[in-house]
Amino acid sequence: MQIKPILSALRRHKAGTFLIAMQIALTLAIVCNALFIIHQRLAHLSEPTGIDEPDIFVIQNEWVGSSTTDQADAKILEDLRVLRELSSVQDVTSSNSYPLRGGGWDDGIKLKPDQLQDTTGSTVYFADDHFVDTLGLKLIAGRNFRAEEISRMDWRDRLGPAQVMVTKALADKLFPQGDAVGKTIYLVGGPTTIVGVVQMLQAQSVDRWAADFAYRSLIVPKRLATSLGVFYIVRARPGQLDAAMRTAPKALFEHNPRRVLDDEAGVLSFAQVRSRAYERDRGMAILMGVICVVLLAITAAGIVGLTSFWVGQRRKQIGVRRALGATRRDILNYFMTENLLISSAGALIGVLLAIAINLWLVTRFEMNRLSLVYVLAGVVILLLLGQGAVLAPAMRASRVPPVEATRSV
Amino acid sequence: MFIHNLRLGAFSLRRNPLLTALMIMSIGFGVAASMITFAVFRAVSGDPIPHKSSQLFVPLIDNRGPQYNRKGEPPSALTYTDAVALMRAHKAERQTVLFPVAMSVMPGDAHRMPFKAIGYATYGDFFPMFDVPFLYGNAWGTSEDEARGAVVVISRALNQKLFGGENSVGRRIILDDKEYRILGVTSDWDPKPRFYDMFNDNAYASPAQVYIPFTYAIDQKIDTYGNNNCGSDGKRGEDRDSWLRGECVWISPWVELDSQEKVDAYKQFLQGYANDQRRAGRFNWAPNNRLRNVNQWLDYQHAVPPESRISLSLALGFLVICLVNTIGLLLAKFMRRAPEIGVRRALGASRADIYRQFLAEAGMVGLAGGVLGLLLTGLGMFGVGLVFEPQIARLAHLDISLVLLTLLVAIAATVLAAFYPTWRAAQVQPAWQLKSN
Repeated sequence: MQIKPILSALRRHKAGTFLIAMQIALTLAIVCNALFIIHQRLAHLSEPTGIDEPDIFVIQNEWVGSSTTDQADAKILEDLRVLRELSSVQDVTSSNSYPLRGGGWDDGIKLKPDQLQDTTGSTVYFADDHFVDTLGLKLIAGRNFRAEEISRMDWRDRLGPAQVMVTKALADKLFPQGDAVGKTIYLVGGPTTIVGVVQMLQAQSVDRWAADFAYRSLIVPKRLATSLGVFYIVRARPGQLDAAMRTAPKALFEHNPRRVLDDEAGVLSFAQVRSRAYERDRGMAILMGVICVVLLAITAAGIVGLTSFWVGQRRKQIGVRRALGATRRDILNYFMTENLLISSAGALIGVLLAIAINLWLVTRFEMNRLSLVYVLAGVVILLLLGQGAVLAPAMRASRVPPVEATRSV
Repeated sequence: MFIHNLRLGAFSLRRNPLLTALMIMSIGFGVAASMITFAVFRAVSGDPIPHKSSQLFVPLIDNRGPQYNRKGEPPSALTYTDAVALMRAHKAERQTVLFPVAMSVMPGDAHRMPFKAIGYATYGDFFPMFDVPFLYGNAWGTSEDEARGAVVVISRALNQKLFGGENSVGRRIILDDKEYRILGVTSDWDPKPRFYDMFNDNAYASPAQVYIPFTYAIDQKIDTYGNNNCGSDGKRGEDRDSWLRGECVWISPWVELDSQEKVDAYKQFLQGYANDQRRAGRFNWAPNNRLRNVNQWLDYQHAVPPESRISLSLALGFLVICLVNTIGLLLAKFMRRAPEIGVRRALGASRADIYRQFLAEAGMVGLAGGVLGLLLTGLGMFGVGLVFEPQIARLAHLDISLVLLTLLVAIAATVLAAFYPTWRAAQVQPAWQLKSN
């Protein structure tokens, strides 16, 4: 296939050639970045929490009226007892928050008492001796809390428990040598000893600001008893999640009706928690996906339209070539090669444009650098799209009969 | 003549239904994508209180010092100590401080369950400062603030729920087991983003239902339902009283200053206050205060979610691609008619006539694309709920201005795109066309 005649023919269709190339370039640039955003979002929303999600649900319990720390603590203990008596419930714990909830308690951790800047931030989970079992956490070193170690705390009390558990990610950050158990660290309320390490427990927030300490969680043996309310994290017996979610609120109200469970967010299965936490990420992925598909369809339509026009314009030349002995295959090849040349030029510009757009997104929205795999994938997609789009008009061109050369219009 | 051009255009559009359909679809999709994201963007980035946004200010005081603050910025709220000091100094015409409260409401009807109402503990100035509209009654005044009275302003929604929408001013309501006297019922009022409570990530939360006096809330030891940010330093307190005296920030302050002189004077006052604190030994750093108006504050707090900006940029790119596509298709369409143009030119049509005819034709394509775009935009509005939280999706809606804008953008963009193809069409040489025929 000779390229030179194609190029010289294209020179006579500068505007059309330029427009197709530009369209391919712009589409490539946007599709690459959109695919990349989709991938990042999907990766984000499939990050594991470290807890045994299928059987877990959470109850956000708030009290009617205000109560002292002692009163609140007594009410929490009773509620825990009531919930544990249910046949569909395997275990229950109370906490200030849970993974993917969105907000909660974060604090800094220091390695020395006189240190000015924190060594790392961490999410703080308040827990009793049922916390590890209820959430299905995996203890990989040290031990769980003992019942007598759990004390009560108001939210304004100092955070200074005698012992804590940490996640592996937090232990690795604080003690890279891997011997965290038995070590002393400093919270705002003073020194504390690490007694156990759990494999994994995600932070409360999955937003960007919390990404620095996403899996660095601190578990403290305190029951946070405040008049504002508390979260009961419930683990249903296998297969009894629905039953437990129905009976638990009823049992709570029967025991003490002076409480409020929100209609929408009062009782949530962990599947619901997960879907709420990642609403935006999932939405962005869907939006980007729709934009990509429509964009590719429009680009293909544009190529079909312009190529059809060219074919119509050149019927006479095609007829002449056929009369001079060109096969139908030659004509087909001609238009396919022409499109490949234009698309390649467009793709080249598109690659540069894609990188430029990504750099802008990086500086403006703190996104990650575009990986070259996406650029390559984009180039391949668009070249194939171009060839696919040009196929129909090129087939029509190849069917132009040689006799066309003799017609005047 | 214009009508004639339109007729010619309509005729020619019908002649090439495939190309025409492609163009209309291209414009329709491009415009719809841009409009949907623009509607979301407009909803979340608008000025929540346009007539006063330059007169309402957030005063902030650095109580942490350069060692502990974030990037040199003071924390985004005040400590109780500083909040009370600002209120006492009374250096602005109107001023208020506020924090969120969640109160359990006992319905009078014993068969109904108690429920939570979210709202604010604030000063009486809150209502005139933020232009809160009232359905019944009115705000409380300085006397109630000072008397630390158990009074409340409730929202129209709560009034509907409790009293079936009647005028409830003067009636009693039980909140957290305490009796409050209703002073006023607000009309629907829910500025978005909720600029006055950005400290608590409540920018797009559902509307507040109760407002009680800050002074009474402090007396009753009502806890904040919002954030409590203590920083890395240790001065947090051990119990409620020492916590109130400590350095945790949790109160959002606002002042109204209606002239530049007053703004400057207020800055002076903040400077003086911080210096006093330094002399008293509480701060050991140079004063580091901020005084931002509503728009500066929203900008500093990144009130617009990055998602809506990213998708707006992408949608604009999308519109550009659709336009490039339209240019190409129009070019193909117009050039296919070179012989016809030649004949018309030879029969005496001027270049201007050709321009008019083809631009009119492009305008019609644009209009058709706009109508399609409008349909798709309406459809897309339902889909917005998939992409953004329902709180934001609720804000984005198809109103008259958006309908007009959609049509306008579609027509203007198409006509703009048509200029090059039309220019090419007008360049057609009549003699050459006639000869080749």
